[in-house]
Amino acid sequence: MNLHEYQAKQLFADYGLPVCKGIVVDDAEKVAGAIEDIGGKKWMVKVQVHAGGRGKAGGVKCVHDAEEARAFAQQWLGKNLITYQTDAKGQPVSKILVEACTAISQELYLGAVIDRSSCRIVFMASLEGGVEIEQVAAKRPEKILKTFIDPLTGPQSSQGRELALGLELEGDQINQFIELFLGLAKLFQDLDLSLLEINPLVITSEGNLQCLDGKINIDGNALYRQPKLQEMADPSQDDDREVLAAHWDLNYVALDGNIGCMVNGAGLAMGTMDIIQLHGGKPANFLDVGGGTTKERVTEAFKIILSDENVVTVLVNIFGGIVRCDLIAEGVIGAVEEVGVEIPVVVRLEGNNSELGCEVLDNSDLNIIVASSLAEAAELSVSLAEDAL
Amino acid sequence: MSILVDSNTKVICQGFTGSQGTFHSKQAIEYGTNMVGGVTPGKGGQVHLGLPVFDTMQKAVDDTGAETSVIYVPAPFCKDSILEAAEAGIKLIVCITEGIPTLDMVVVKAKCDELGARLIGPNCPGVITPGQCKVGIMPGYIHQPGKVGIVSRSGTLTYEAVKQTSDHGYGQSSCVGIGGDPVPGSGFIDILGMFEKDPQTEAIVMIGEIGGTAEEEAAGFIKECISKPVVAYIAGVTAPAGKRMGHAGAIISGGKGTADEKFEALDEAGVITVRSLAEIGLGLAKTGN
Repeated sequence: MNLHEYQAKQLFADYGLPVCKGIVVDDAEKVAGAIEDIGGKKWMVKVQVHAGGRGKAGGVKCVHDAEEARAFAQQWLGKNLITYQTDAKGQPVSKILVEACTAISQELYLGAVIDRSSCRIVFMASLEGGVEIEQVAAKRPEKILKTFIDPLTGPQSSQGRELALGLELEGDQINQFIELFLGLAKLFQDLDLSLLEINPLVITSEGNLQCLDGKINIDGNALYRQPKLQEMADPSQDDDREVLAAHWDLNYVALDGNIGCMVNGAGLAMGTMDIIQLHGGKPANFLDVGGGTTKERVTEAFKIILSDENVVTVLVNIFGGIVRCDLIAEGVIGAVEEVGVEIPVVVRLEGNNSELGCEVLDNSDLNIIVASSLAEAAELSVSLAEDAL
Repeated sequence: MSILVDSNTKVICQGFTGSQGTFHSKQAIEYGTNMVGGVTPGKGGQVHLGLPVFDTMQKAVDDTGAETSVIYVPAPFCKDSILEAAEAGIKLIVCITEGIPTLDMVVVKAKCDELGARLIGPNCPGVITPGQCKVGIMPGYIHQPGKVGIVSRSGTLTYEAVKQTSDHGYGQSSCVGIGGDPVPGSGFIDILGMFEKDPQTEAIVMIGEIGGTAEEEAAGFIKECISKPVVAYIAGVTAPAGKRMGHAGAIISGGKGTADEKFEALDEAGVITVRSLAEIGLGLAKTGN
């Protein structure tokens, strides 16, 4: 799950970490009040969406009076912001963060993720702040400083000092950085983060550290024990069908093809998408119906797949390990009848009682085509999709 | 021979009396697995599926001499269960449960390494040595004793590979699901090394997917340390970047972890890669065995 910048900064503030004063508004008429509360002569106004690249897309602006700020809010609230990280539709803007304008003398990078190779939290820091860290990592990996947190002993001040010196910090900045490092490591662990990024972390013209941006991803598996973070979820930033699928415990990801896919198992679902492409077709989605494939779940899965109007045929690929394929076949028939599926459905059943399952499907009067192998199923659905165009 | 488990392996089930533990323990016993009991706190002293139930792993280990456990407890309690097993002296812990918080696994992995316990999973189908011992949720009947070792990040893709190796008449020495989480207890390299040493294993099938760099690291290891033929398939060529594809670990982030990069690394290491999931068996035929 992702958070907005204003939410990340609120968490930083809760942990005593340096952020500038900011107020989030959802109404253009409230902007003037926010500016008055914050004080000063210049302010930053920033649209809040779950995507990077806001600045280049016009979603971040430095404003000099209340009218300019109000006009910015008016321009964006209720609209979509399109950045290089969003799809063509963009992300809806429902909140604007108004902040004091920070005078910057230098931009740094600080981030943390769970490193899969070492199985530890790794902190990464770089003098090259403000730019895409992936680009730095690809072109000049030596410019990224790293320190790994030992899960059994936790973060140490010495690790923070090491990074601070690597960032060429001086005097009190070093202690400020150590506090920041220890605070962020605690936040990462307390709140079950999977990614934390402050880009840029700035040195202000007064020489102090400040978190100018904040990006936080939370481990979805740990949300059950983070009730405060659950309340911060903003489903408006997610694909409607993905939200609906999650409600039914289905894993769905929308793609831009025209062959709908319904598969049990995440790996097999990816493998099915790939084999469709290998045969010249384009998958419309990833969908894992999970192990206990019941009629109810298959029905909901069909509804979600068919809500994508590009879909012209559906490929159902089930490897019945322990569940019986004849029961799955009945579930598919029931779902096709209930949903009123009018496009052809290709089904490949393998595993437990698969022959009986195929017989059940063959004997139905519905537009269900049974494939005898995975390759055949892919070929069939690709040619059906071509016929439909 | 085989790896990890065989007919002598004594298995304790954690979460024994729950619905998952009961269902899969029953299947394992029917398959011939040497199940010796289970643990459900508060139910110690009872008998379930004809086997003793213990309150703690320590008691279970002391009374049965088991060195392997399989875990079916819900995700919020898995950290505790795995650590309890490792502290009790269990040497092989197979955790089936999906949805364990990643930071729980970070601690668990470090502690298991310290205690010398081998953890397989979580979020995996488990381990099977066909005809001898089934520790997990895989359907036993699709397996055949034989000479191909299978290691995979995905459950249903493992079944596809098993079926194809059975259909081609090769059979399997052992099959290990290492799971789809970002921090697994064991990685490809651990299991590949075991297959290399196992005399029964003549060829290896490795099934990876997008996310992380485990396949690239495995490719380096294969080049250096594996003399047996390896056939590899990677799922997720069509997966978009930045989206989690079901498994917690299956996500392309920061442009890293794509299927193409993984295929490339494996090709370079001399691995026989197959681009179609339906051609794993054909890939094995190319090894000339």
